[in-house]
Amino acid sequence: MTQAAVQTDTIEMTYREAVKQALRDAMKRDERVFLMGEDVGRYGGCYAVSHGLLAEFGPERIRDTPLSESGFTGAGIGAAMAGMRPIVELMTVNFSLLALDQILNTAATVRHMSGNQFGVPLVIRMATGAGRQLAAQHSHSLEGWYAHIPGIKVLAPATLEDARGMLWTALQDPDPVLIFENVMLYNMTGKLAADAGPVDIDKAAVRRAGRDISLITYGGSLWKTLEAASALAADGIEAEVIDLRSLRPLDDATIMASVGKTRRAVIVDEGWRSGSLAAEVGMRVVEQAFWSLDAPIGRVCSEEVPIPYPRHLENAAIPQAPKIVAAAKAALGRA
Amino acid sequence: MTDSDIRKVVEEELNNIAPEADLASVDPEADLREAIDIDSMDFLNFITAIHHRLGINIPELDYPKLITLKGADAYIAAHLGSGKA
Amino acid sequence: MVDFRMPSLGADMEAGTLVEWLVKPGDQVKRGDVVAVVETQKGAIEIETFQAGQIEQFLVGLNSKVPVGTPLARIRTEGEEAKPAAAAPPPPVAPAIERAPLAPAPPPPVAPPPRAPAALPGARASPAARKLAEERGIDLSAMAGSGPQGAITFADVERRLGEAVAAPEKRRGGLDLAAMRLAIAAAMARSKREIPHYYLAHQVEVTACEQWLAEKNAALPPDNRLLLGALAIKAVGLAARRFPAFNGFYRDNRFEPAPAVHVGVAVAIRGGGLAAPALHDADRLSLDELMSGMRDLVQRTRAGRIRGSEMSDPTITVSSLGERGVEALYGIIYPPQVAIVGFGKATMRPWVVDGAIGPRSVVTITLSGDHRATDGHAGALFLAEIGKLLQEPDKL
Repeated sequence: MTQAAVQTDTIEMTYREAVKQALRDAMKRDERVFLMGEDVGRYGGCYAVSHGLLAEFGPERIRDTPLSESGFTGAGIGAAMAGMRPIVELMTVNFSLLALDQILNTAATVRHMSGNQFGVPLVIRMATGAGRQLAAQHSHSLEGWYAHIPGIKVLAPATLEDARGMLWTALQDPDPVLIFENVMLYNMTGKLAADAGPVDIDKAAVRRAGRDISLITYGGSLWKTLEAASALAADGIEAEVIDLRSLRPLDDATIMASVGKTRRAVIVDEGWRSGSLAAEVGMRVVEQAFWSLDAPIGRVCSEEVPIPYPRHLENAAIPQAPKIVAAAKAALGRA
Repeated sequence: MTDSDIRKVVEEELNNIAPEADLASVDPEADLREAIDIDSMDFLNFITAIHHRLGINIPELDYPKLITLKGADAYIAAHLGSGKA
Repeated sequence: MVDFRMPSLGADMEAGTLVEWLVKPGDQVKRGDVVAVVETQKGAIEIETFQAGQIEQFLVGLNSKVPVGTPLARIRTEGEEAKPAAAAPPPPVAPAIERAPLAPAPPPPVAPPPRAPAALPGARASPAARKLAEERGIDLSAMAGSGPQGAITFADVERRLGEAVAAPEKRRGGLDLAAMRLAIAAAMARSKREIPHYYLAHQVEVTACEQWLAEKNAALPPDNRLLLGALAIKAVGLAARRFPAFNGFYRDNRFEPAPAVHVGVAVAIRGGGLAAPALHDADRLSLDELMSGMRDLVQRTRAGRIRGSEMSDPTITVSSLGERGVEALYGIIYPPQVAIVGFGKATMRPWVVDGAIGPRSVVTITLSGDHRATDGHAGALFLAEIGKLLQEPDKL
């Protein structure tokens, strides 16, 4: 799991460090920016993303909160409406459900309800995904649910560049932006350009070009999908890997351009299959690219169980490279 | 009717039968059946067309005389105006 | 009120595209009138009505591809009241679909039932493959697929198209030679797959025919002259009437003799195509009628204007490679017919006549027969009958 080297000076770092650099950069650039969440200050963040920031920016801007997701998310919404640029960190997507009322009923609706008098330029970061043996209450991938909600944007940075670059762009957005960081990516190391900066947040990216099948994914599954694409290449199958990057809005143009070329698609999504983001992507392909399809659309999603604690069961419950390879071969009639 | 008028009629009628044939490149002494791939029905249609257009009623016995471009030109030139061969 | 339907113009036809109406609502038509032009793999075909009456309403839009059996227009038969114009609904446009039943469906009780798009039974093919096949006139039912669960994929159709599109196709009139090639491929492959052929050859002296033709033609203007091919077709037609086991169709595991003799005349098309439309009632036509019918048929076939009934009606086929052809040709039966008669070119041969050797013009006549319908013994008698008939051309 390494990033491709780039021409300019690069620095080797972790995804965690890239997120921290993004936070630090935002705090320096705009004094309205502050970080708020459980254990983000003294403890340095439950995934150590904000470690050291309290010392650098002080308790006014790195704010530890009580264990009350609804309360501090609501506070963040209020601050944003009042002119600040808050970054709220929710420990995991599972806990974000306690703040769902604030996100869905307030943050996503205020511009509409106020007749465009108020907006909520709020960024909410949270961890998502399984793989760390954190069991059924800390391991789910519910970003697809959030992608259902009009009025917000939903991002899934999968690379160091996006971890570093999406935050600032999100802070410039006049409406709420949710950023989902897959827990398995924090320790991923790679090279990042020394001058890495903001990136766009509305385009999907082709992470590997290919002509035989489109593998459409995002977040933590990107790396498993790229691994699967390498394995497929050994069998003479050239898979194109699409990193959605933005789950809402979806970049239909990039998806359809790819499927139009390869005529086949498998969607890899760590959410549960039923009602998943994969279902949405698949349906859009059917709506927009039906006559280009050469095989049924495939999906590799999580098994429809609460994510198990034992490692072997946890691994079996979520998408893995061999499952992706099998789904791609099935779509090519080479199962 | 000049020789070139006759050749023009012959080429037009043959092209009605074989539109893709480039008659300018056909050897004037080549057997048309081979050169432009025409069968007995095609040839009968050619003879019929010459009859309608120029009034020359070519009997079957004379068919071999018209089997080349050169032969067709000469035969038509010799029989023009006679109505019958 | 009766429906004028998309006809089946051959066993392999599943759908056709309506490209032209030759009548308009309100027109009176009689049985046999050509009312529409339909584009099929075999080219543009003129379609006749078999119902007399007044065209009430068109039911299908131009350039719609519809399955065989789909009502194309409504015809008000004699004595029926005209429907008030205001009550007439706008003509529904039948959905284009790829697969359809081969035989015309029985008339629907009130309105045509909604047709299921791409019925599940039948060829499994991807949307991309179907779209390409539709655009290029490929019959998916005759193809094997390489995709998931044996589905036909885009690449399969591309491969199928390969040879046809590799060489730039020549269009001649309403003919799509690439599509015609695929239709020939499908029909001939089906024939060789399904029909156990047997082959017989018989050498026949045609000196009498040639002399008779020379004498007869000498007195005739080119318009009215006869070709040896006309005698051949007439002889086959008469022989087929006397040997009905060679005249008809093999369907559903049994032979159905045809009530009339419609000889399919194999017509080579410049640029590489072949069709064998029917010369109707070839056994009953005089030689003059037959010859003029044959000239008209060959001309229209080469121009891509064959009529629907001519495509679907042949009960036996005659093929001849002409005077520049070979001595003998062994044809492949056009399903569901059961016989094809081949005529080689007439060649001068030393021939024993009345105990002496003399030069005679000889033709090798062949029969390819469907062994499910007939046996070689009957085939030999059938060929011999054709040979005998050709000895007395004045009686043909």
